[in-house]
Amino acid sequence: MEQTEQPDKPVISKSLDAFFTGVYNIFKFIGNFFREVMLPPFEVKELVRQCYMVGYKSLALISLTGFITGLVFTKQSRPSLAEFGATSWLPSLIAIAVIRALAPLVTALICAGKVGSSIGAELASMKVTEQIDAMEVSAINPFKYLVVTRILACTICLPILMAYTALIGMAGSYLDVHLNEQTTLAAFLQSAFSNISFLDFGASLCKAIIFGFTIGTVSCYLGYNATQGTQGVGKAANVSVVVSMFLIFIEEIIIVQLVNMIR
Amino acid sequence: MKPFTPDIDWNEKVISIRGLYKSFGENRVLQGVDLDLYKGENIVVLGRSGTGKSVLIKIIAGLLKQDAGTVNVLGQEVSQLKSAELRELRLKVGFCFQHGALYDSMTVGENLAFPLTRNEPGMKREQREKRIEIVLDAVGLSQTIDQMPAELSGGQRKRIGIARTLILRPEIMLYDEPTAGLDPITCIEINNLINEVQKRFKTSSIIITHDLTCAKATGDKIAVLKDGQFIKKGNFDEVFESDDELIREFYDYNFIQ
Repeated sequence: MEQTEQPDKPVISKSLDAFFTGVYNIFKFIGNFFREVMLPPFEVKELVRQCYMVGYKSLALISLTGFITGLVFTKQSRPSLAEFGATSWLPSLIAIAVIRALAPLVTALICAGKVGSSIGAELASMKVTEQIDAMEVSAINPFKYLVVTRILACTICLPILMAYTALIGMAGSYLDVHLNEQTTLAAFLQSAFSNISFLDFGASLCKAIIFGFTIGTVSCYLGYNATQGTQGVGKAANVSVVVSMFLIFIEEIIIVQLVNMIR
Repeated sequence: MKPFTPDIDWNEKVISIRGLYKSFGENRVLQGVDLDLYKGENIVVLGRSGTGKSVLIKIIAGLLKQDAGTVNVLGQEVSQLKSAELRELRLKVGFCFQHGALYDSMTVGENLAFPLTRNEPGMKREQREKRIEIVLDAVGLSQTIDQMPAELSGGQRKRIGIARTLILRPEIMLYDEPTAGLDPITCIEINNLINEVQKRFKTSSIIITHDLTCAKATGDKIAVLKDGQFIKKGNFDEVFESDDELIREFYDYNFIQ
């Protein structure tokens, strides 16, 4: 019985009313997620399927992007460090950059584009073709089956993908360092991880979890509440990506500030 | 005209609607609708597009909430039900969507199995397959079990939609425009299927349509909706004896004298 009613006359102004109604509906949506995630039955099979779609199906793109990011960042950093005769700091610099910032951000942005748009479009398409209503009238809880599983899959898979991106990024970096400085893997790793603390890795994992939850929630909310027929499907996919990316950058700033305060 | 249905129990109301109001913003769709559906009866709700016919059955199925009035289904007031109670009630109320609303990522067999696996998780695979076979046979599409919805015609999709509804063995069927967009022969097949479902599965139905052929073939009673209210109720002949302009227009444009 999810029906968003518009009052006859606006309380403040039409756009402000719509904004506050939207904010209220998003919080209600998130509240429903936390309520449904605790209550049985648990859609384990669908969750595994969604993890496969979000995680495994993103691996190729993540691998390519992660490897190129590590490689290019190393190549770009070398001339500046070489000026000071500090190329031996390259592994350490790359590790800090990749693990603290690049891996979570690159993973999240790729997933916002690939997974967010896919979830937004899929749910919106189901909404406008009445498939979600069909689940509801068949006594199936569509929110639990469609929304909870997708948000959970994003939240679970993003940290794993982030760790994988960091690993692949470091591999790209090692390739360049090895080819230019003939550094061994052991020496590279020792140098790379000498300045990385548990806090760095933990903060990145937390970031990835928050980014995953954001991507899942935004895309599910927009898809699940899509209107305007096929036009609404395109809009849901597009807005899912834009809003997810915007929120990811905002969250990145806030988390970096918090971590720096702890550090 | 549809032959007399002997199985209607005039003492048992399965749906009772009183003073139903529903608006969307300033658009007042339903303005004081009253309707009774008796056990075993087929009621056709007739009206022009946008008169709130679909809104009426969506309120009955609990997909929309009314602004005022009562909707009593199988002895329960729909708007008062909690989520779990509403889900229980929905097992007894089948809803057939205008375009079938089949899950397009699943085959026909999976579409039919899906409500069963969710609502009767303890059911054995053989029992489930048997139930699927029965409903597919009832709609005459046993051969489509492994096909995807995109491979089906419009009429086939509607039939599978009806089969998916029947698989939960509902007591009440709600059909939203079952013949819209179909060729005349397929329309007749769907009309026959609706009557067959009423007879074989002992269902009571509300059929939303603007197709007079469908109304004439499937309705034990016709109710004409205009400006948010029923302006005429009765059997086909009683309704179309009326001098109301809308009813006359409906009759004239459908050429079914």
